[in-house]
Amino acid sequence: MLKKRIIPCLDIKDGRVVKGINFEGLRDAGNPVELASRYAQEGADELVFLDITATLEKRKTLASLVTEIAKEINIPFTVGGGINTPDDAEYLISRGADKVSVNSSAVKNPELINQIAKNCGSQAVVLAIDAKKVNGNWEVFINGGKTATGIKLTSWAKYGEQLGAGEILLTSMNNDGTKNGFAIDALNLVGNNVNIPVIASGGAGCLEHFTTVFSETNATAALAASIFHYNEISIPQLKTYLQQNNIPVR
Amino acid sequence: MIVIIKYNAGNTQSVENAVRRLGYDCIVTNDIEEIKKSDKVIFPGVGEAATAMQHLQANGLDLTIKGLKQPVLGICLGLQLMCNYTEEGNTNGLGIFDVNVKRFPPLDIVPHMGWNTLYNCKGELFTGISEEEHFYFVHSYYAEESPLSVAQCDYILPYSAALQKDNFYAVQFHPEKSGTAGEQLLKNFLSL
Repeated sequence: MLKKRIIPCLDIKDGRVVKGINFEGLRDAGNPVELASRYAQEGADELVFLDITATLEKRKTLASLVTEIAKEINIPFTVGGGINTPDDAEYLISRGADKVSVNSSAVKNPELINQIAKNCGSQAVVLAIDAKKVNGNWEVFINGGKTATGIKLTSWAKYGEQLGAGEILLTSMNNDGTKNGFAIDALNLVGNNVNIPVIASGGAGCLEHFTTVFSETNATAALAASIFHYNEISIPQLKTYLQQNNIPVR
Repeated sequence: MIVIIKYNAGNTQSVENAVRRLGYDCIVTNDIEEIKKSDKVIFPGVGEAATAMQHLQANGLDLTIKGLKQPVLGICLGLQLMCNYTEEGNTNGLGIFDVNVKRFPPLDIVPHMGWNTLYNCKGELFTGISEEEHFYFVHSYYAEESPLSVAQCDYILPYSAALQKDNFYAVQFHPEKSGTAGEQLLKNFLSL
């Protein structure tokens, strides 16, 4: 039976993890390769690295980091942030990334999805969508959530699938950082309109939130950052809990 | 020497890394002589079947692979291209396995993406691997069940997750991305 995936997300700046560095007893949390290896050993099903480095020059740091991660990690990983051209994507994939995620750049230039899918395969393209509920309607936001696009969430998700995205990573801005649980309604909106895997993101705060998201939506994976980095929930603990609640996990 | 075949449809880097993690040396090449004289050949692949097949033909790699006598391991698209025919791009494969490859019916999410278990595992590839173990899959097309199956998987329908005929081995999942279970399988192949 296909299992639900648990995906820790690591925000990377200038080659270092920027979340989790304050956690005591987790001294090496600043080193992405070490943290990633630990998550992989603990049973993470995939990893996402999101580069929040602002400048182009620093992108080289990301490429060498991807090389290092790929050497160490024996599970799939996605790299996102600043991928604006098919060449950017191909370069990171040639360094060993399994997938790339595109967000704002794909909204500005939807053909990007198609081009990466053609060159590297659909399985390598994760369409990351930041969505916010505005006046009762889910809308797509870009530029780190700063800019409203006026595009309906479902329209964009469907179009992304048509263009060749292999997966959708849906982050609810209303839920992100609240620790109040995932956005069940947004996930169902997208899940009922596409036939590719949807990764739930934003709002994970406790064990129950994961059971809820997997039993009330057809999301095939759930992503979280701070609860794992700050050791509020460990991956083995989460896996055991999900198993006890009849959610199939590895 | 272990050779990983280089062509236009491979994320060869992950496979190379996995082989090196196990302590083996390897080269990634499309040089026919290098491939022929190697001890083991890995034929990886992600991407689209028709384009990949055209590329293999244009470079004479199709006949080379078919004629190999040493152990060969196809991975993912590699497995599909070793079959007779795939519905993807209406493509004739290498015909090593007398099996056809079809697209999953849209009865559930496609691609089949994530960790799944196997059953009816047989032969040297699966030595020391229990049927409780998980492997990482990502594919929209599947090889039909066949007498050549050495492992099966169930997603939407039962299909061949691994095939073997003589010196030719192939797996639909990605052992290079399947944690310790995948490492064991690669180790089994590399020590054949």
